[in-house]
Amino acid sequence: MSAPQDLPSDVRRPARGALAQSFRRCVAMFVKEFIQLRRDRPTFAMIVGIPLMQLLLFGFAINTDPKHLPTAVLTSDDSPIARALIGALRATDYFDIKYVARGEADADELILSNKAQFVIQIPPDFSRRLVRGEKPAVLLIADASDPVATSGAVAAALGAANQALDRELIGPLASLSQDAAPYEMRVHRRYNPAGETRRNIVPGLIGTILTMTMLMYTAMSVTREIERGTMEALLAMPILPVEIMLGKIAPYVVVGAVQMATILIFAALLFQVPVVGSLFTLTTLTLLFIVANLSVGYTFSTVAENQLQAMQLTFFFFLPSMLLSGFLFPFYGMPKWAQYVGEALPLTHYLRIVRSVMLKGSTFGDLAVDAGALAAFTLIAMSVAVMRFRQTLD
Amino acid sequence: MSVEREIAIDARGLTKSFGGKKVVDNLSLQVARGDIQGFLGPNGSGKTTTIRMLCGLLTPDSGEGTCLGYDIRRQQKEIKRCVGYMTQGFSLYRDLTIRENLEFVARVYNLEAPEDAAQAALERLGLAARADQLAGELSGGWKQRLALGACILPGPALLLLDEPTAGVDPKARRDFWDEIHHLSTQGLTVLVSTHYMDEAERCHKIAYIANGRLLASGTMPEIVAGAQLSTWVVTGEALDALASELKHQPGVDIVARFGSALHVGGRDQAAIERLARRYGAEGRRQWKRDEPTLEDVFIDLMTRAGADR
Repeated sequence: MSAPQDLPSDVRRPARGALAQSFRRCVAMFVKEFIQLRRDRPTFAMIVGIPLMQLLLFGFAINTDPKHLPTAVLTSDDSPIARALIGALRATDYFDIKYVARGEADADELILSNKAQFVIQIPPDFSRRLVRGEKPAVLLIADASDPVATSGAVAAALGAANQALDRELIGPLASLSQDAAPYEMRVHRRYNPAGETRRNIVPGLIGTILTMTMLMYTAMSVTREIERGTMEALLAMPILPVEIMLGKIAPYVVVGAVQMATILIFAALLFQVPVVGSLFTLTTLTLLFIVANLSVGYTFSTVAENQLQAMQLTFFFFLPSMLLSGFLFPFYGMPKWAQYVGEALPLTHYLRIVRSVMLKGSTFGDLAVDAGALAAFTLIAMSVAVMRFRQTLD
Repeated sequence: MSVEREIAIDARGLTKSFGGKKVVDNLSLQVARGDIQGFLGPNGSGKTTTIRMLCGLLTPDSGEGTCLGYDIRRQQKEIKRCVGYMTQGFSLYRDLTIRENLEFVARVYNLEAPEDAAQAALERLGLAARADQLAGELSGGWKQRLALGACILPGPALLLLDEPTAGVDPKARRDFWDEIHHLSTQGLTVLVSTHYMDEAERCHKIAYIANGRLLASGTMPEIVAGAQLSTWVVTGEALDALASELKHQPGVDIVARFGSALHVGGRDQAAIERLARRYGAEGRRQWKRDEPTLEDVFIDLMTRAGADR
């Protein structure tokens, strides 16, 4: 074939040398990719947005030595000595006395429902026996299912014990404050007496893995139909957005259930993490969590214009879920604003559920608030998705 | 049957803009039941947008219309149930088999026995032997055949086909049109957009649009007569040179090459005749008076629409 006549001959002459030609082709590709990237505005914004936001968010939010942990007090001793002891523990900044338990059953329930991480139990005759020099015991019950979150507080409690009563033990009682503390601080690490981190991490992994896989499955589902050109035909058929959504989510509930079973079996076999609570409770609430994540993913799918954007949104949601939910770092170690962000993530609530059921044996009743949060989350995400779903091509 | 029910498509003053540009401009179109209505016009003239408005995928900015008696603004649900829309690109699932695609369509339309309906469609399409092949593996002609099969599977009363034969070989195109005529004899109304003149000639009626406006509509003889073109067919040597020479002559509205001949036409009959005599006298080429073809008419319509802009 002859070249077009109206082009000057030097324009058509190829660059010299194989390497130079190869380089020019690379540059051609490079320029093309850059132009396409620039045209995709949301992606362009996320190039800077994602790293900056994540860096600021997590740099300020993460703290592995949490303070102000929710604590309950169980005592009928209202003496100045008992109050001084509680005051000393509070002064460590680790304990936030939020509840007064009415009995042991009440205290247990506070821990099972994740309202309190510690219970300080002072026996009724504490001050009388202390004055008599009998060295009575104070019991610090710690929810050690997350050993990282509780270890700092336990150490602080033990450290504070010695000086706790110095100001009270004056006059005739001064002899009691001579050397060691006149009482014993006994620590009871519940649910994880050996303080093994994997007991906390493995249940958390169920939530993290499910978040990632479930989000990915549905985040692509609508954009894929648009990119492959099947959406136009689908829209011309008599099918409603809700029907499309439910039909697209349902298969992945099964996929999620299979994943959950796999993780549970291997958690028991490889890591010896048992399920203390009811398997039925765990399965039901996990399915709810799976549906919540699938709805979020589907919502992303209706917002994103292409699969790359859907992928980025997934990642944008997944990272905070990992870092602000209490999976890697203690939830109460974060500043208040980060805790509010965390409360808005399904994984935060699911982590409380899965850890409580697996390690502590919590029941539906204990976890009603978190289960409700997941249900509300699902409903909101689905409503947004149905509203966002465009039934026309306008 | 009342006159109202004889009309399958009744659009009045449809207008639609995208980003400030009027893509469809005050377009009115009536299609009688059982007719095959050809829909022609250059690329970007608003054919696809019009079809999308008719099947409820786009909302017109202004104008009214009904499809099978249903309002295109308010009764999109009913329209979707009884209108089959075949998109320009292949829009079935490439990663489903032929049978699975057809069963999916049958289920979405709530057919009683989706498996049976799909099987019947497979046999009618002649695809029964390849039912379990992935749809994405089909050749262009078979893809288009399958897409038509999926469209008519739910038993629509109106078919909207958007360039169904683009990129399809002549034999497959011929078969496709035989099928369309067969469907039409069964009472189905068909609106089909195309760029092929031979296809346009097989339609009962034709509508031609450019720049979103309807420029001509009617049967083929009506359109040809309505254009009032005097056309001469020129054969002989150096036709390309003659074409560039004639293009700027007063009275010449179209100069177009058709195979080994040149069509020269104009609405000013006397002027064209003078040219024919003058150039015919040169003796190098033969000038012969002929009826204008449909394509001559469309080229003229398109040129004038372009000049208006």
